[in-house]
Amino acid sequence: MITAAVQEREHYLNASYGIKSWLLTKDHKRIGLLYLATITLFFFLGGAFATLIRIELLTPQGGLVSSETYNKLFTMHGVAMVFFFLIPSIPASLGNFFLPMMIGARDLAFPRINLLSWYLLVIGGLFSLFAMLAGGVDTGWTFYTPYSTTYSNTWVIATALGIFVAGFSSILTGLNFIVTVHTMRAPGMTWFRLPLFVWANYATALIQVLGTPVLAVTIVLLFCERVFHIGIFDPVLGGDPVLFQHLFWFYSHPAVYIMVLPAMGVVSELISTFSRKPIFGYRIVACSSLAIAVLGFLVWGHHLFVSTQSVYAGMVFSFLSYFVAIPSAIKVFNWTATLYKGSISYATPMLYAFGFIGLFTIGGLTGLFVACLGIDVHVTDTYFVVAHFHYIMVGGTIMAYMGGLHYWWPKMTGRMYPEAWAKLSALVIFLGFNLTFFPQFILGYLGMPRRYHVYPEEFQILHVLSTAGASVLAVGYAIPMMYFIWSLRYGKLAPANPWGATGLEWQTASPPPAHNFEETPVVTHEAYDYSTVIGEVIEVG
Amino acid sequence: MGTLRLFPEQASTFAPEVDHLLYFLLTVAVFFTLVIFGAIFYFAVRYRRRSDQELPHVVHGGMALEIVWSVIPFGLTMVMFTWGASIFFRESRPPDDALNIYVVGKQWMWKIQHMEGQREINELHIPLGRAIKLTLTSEDVIHSFFVPAFRTKQDAVPGRYSTSWFQPTKAGKYHLFCAEYCGNRHSGMIGWIYVMEPQDYQAWLTGESPTGSLADNGAKLFQDLACVNCHKADGTGRCPSLVGLFGKTVQLSGGGSVKADEAYIRESILQPAAKVVAGYQPIMPTFQGLVTEEGVLQLVEYVKSLGPKPAAETSPAEGITGSTPGKR
Repeated sequence: MITAAVQEREHYLNASYGIKSWLLTKDHKRIGLLYLATITLFFFLGGAFATLIRIELLTPQGGLVSSETYNKLFTMHGVAMVFFFLIPSIPASLGNFFLPMMIGARDLAFPRINLLSWYLLVIGGLFSLFAMLAGGVDTGWTFYTPYSTTYSNTWVIATALGIFVAGFSSILTGLNFIVTVHTMRAPGMTWFRLPLFVWANYATALIQVLGTPVLAVTIVLLFCERVFHIGIFDPVLGGDPVLFQHLFWFYSHPAVYIMVLPAMGVVSELISTFSRKPIFGYRIVACSSLAIAVLGFLVWGHHLFVSTQSVYAGMVFSFLSYFVAIPSAIKVFNWTATLYKGSISYATPMLYAFGFIGLFTIGGLTGLFVACLGIDVHVTDTYFVVAHFHYIMVGGTIMAYMGGLHYWWPKMTGRMYPEAWAKLSALVIFLGFNLTFFPQFILGYLGMPRRYHVYPEEFQILHVLSTAGASVLAVGYAIPMMYFIWSLRYGKLAPANPWGATGLEWQTASPPPAHNFEETPVVTHEAYDYSTVIGEVIEVG
Repeated sequence: MGTLRLFPEQASTFAPEVDHLLYFLLTVAVFFTLVIFGAIFYFAVRYRRRSDQELPHVVHGGMALEIVWSVIPFGLTMVMFTWGASIFFRESRPPDDALNIYVVGKQWMWKIQHMEGQREINELHIPLGRAIKLTLTSEDVIHSFFVPAFRTKQDAVPGRYSTSWFQPTKAGKYHLFCAEYCGNRHSGMIGWIYVMEPQDYQAWLTGESPTGSLADNGAKLFQDLACVNCHKADGTGRCPSLVGLFGKTVQLSGGGSVKADEAYIRESILQPAAKVVAGYQPIMPTFQGLVTEEGVLQLVEYVKSLGPKPAAETSPAEGITGSTPGKR
């Protein structure tokens, strides 16, 4: 895999060989790659389910698969994508690899726990995979009671246990990040010199540590209710099915921020590097990550506006939901302002960053619609919500993830990817995404409920558009998969700092040595000070 | 394939209100989308990198700018919040003169009972121009009663009653969907709402041949389940009289009180020990499994008919209990 030219210098990839050197590694970079491989697998698995869903919805009668199968497909799509791709995605792969390097550390604070967290994700993933192969699960990724506890006769327990175990992976990663950022910053790396990617992952880690245990508790209760009928969620036994929704969303709404905060961190790096300017309002952008992490815990009830929650609770949750919109808006404005009088490169990662801002803007603005009580009563549980959260999670998180992957690929592998192909696929993904999900906003407002296998004929045109978009999107995701693999052998050798970026990770060789830095870096400048990395300069702006 | 529409039909008093709010949000959203997209395009072209040696001047962030682009969006969101909450609040308050209709969701159908005793499955016939109040519950899992043309949606949750109301403004036939995923045939749990001209509705009511009003059926159940043996109307039974109960505040044994509403009556039938009236023993057995959700609703309607609220339109079932239900 590595050619002779690279082999001359020792780095983390050739420091040791053999399967054991990977499976027992304590190197955060190798663990990052293990995560990368794992989540890529789940991404394509979830994508395969999505493909079948979209093909099924081409026709209103539901002829391709049975209703039972369809219900399992959208459930397993959600489970694979949310719990085994989106939640670990950026923190566990890119974060694991780069967070220590960006603060000038040799590794994370607890390298063994880091490896353990990967094994937990794999074990959890295998549980859920087993459930999928054994017959699947049909509750929706939300596991609403009493359907999941009493009525579903699919593999609820195995799937839920998989998610339970994977949750500990997330908690341990968060714990590791928090301790690492607190204790392992290089000399001179003050809090307000941290790259915004580190800030974002730090804020994410707080949610992972504080929120995920609630998910664990909820799954244990679900298990006890389904197996022992303890009577906490089932009304026949005196339980309250809506209580489950409160517990579930107390974690799962903050989980949206686990998915999107690291994406925002990636985008901050990309916008700065490819406009060669410090992020406008650096401190405010950093603090807005913390604000989102805190406020994100106070809005879960906006998922329950029509579920018999009290009217006044609905009002409070709507009100608070608008508060969390503000730090997100601040970030978008600051990223845009960063471009002003910059030196803007159209390299592939920047195209993804542009795509992220555009799609996240639409996703965020439609969040104002679903937070609005009068409108949400109509659009909740319709395709409007489906479109909204795909704009945030696919348009936001996955665009940023792809951008980050291209940005750091040269550092991770020592190879460049083919730029023309990469630009083409970025464009294909952007167009395919919009064609897939924009029609779903219209479908939702027209009243098309989500999770419908069969639907009235009048919705067909918009479903056909959406499916057409999904096929474009699938091509867009397949191209990078191919050229990334191709580049491992045939890509041009990457220099240490191909983008003229300022982060400490670019001040060491590509790929980095096993211990990251030949000597501990000393930080003397603010983050994003480009005068330190560009030799001979032409001043502009 | 049908024709492509962008907005659903407006067929209730809420529909234009919700749509106007939507237009406001759309305007705000389109404006900010254009601002952001426009700025990115403009900056990306205007400040494109012309040489790899370029070093832009640092532009320092300004607190004034940060405040401006925080406060203006915040103000706009507060308008959205207030406007949306006011519609929501009115949606939660059915008018007193609304026509009561009872809805029970089950896998995978909607079972509907009218006050006069007509029953429907997956169809709801209602008169134009009259406020309609739905009382919803479920026999099994959570369902959601969604009428896009009315812009209303309410979950039907097992173990509790929820309400929804709307006033149709246009005669016609509208989709009824189940919006909360409820299992295999979730997408088959659909039906039609028929909004009829009042005279057509009257004709429909008389054309159906009900087996007695809801309260009548409740009274019959009250007899059949032997409730009457203990709940004597004159208060001499082992259990409290239900005459004049509905809407009153009931003192409970062990302190506390509860308003005798639909949910309380339902709970007292299915979980009698949960709230026991002060001065009485918890001797009542549960009727869980002995009476369907529809039956419970009939019993509730019967208790309502015993006053004091003039809830029932038909005369309460005199003779069966030997009571004087008009006593207020």
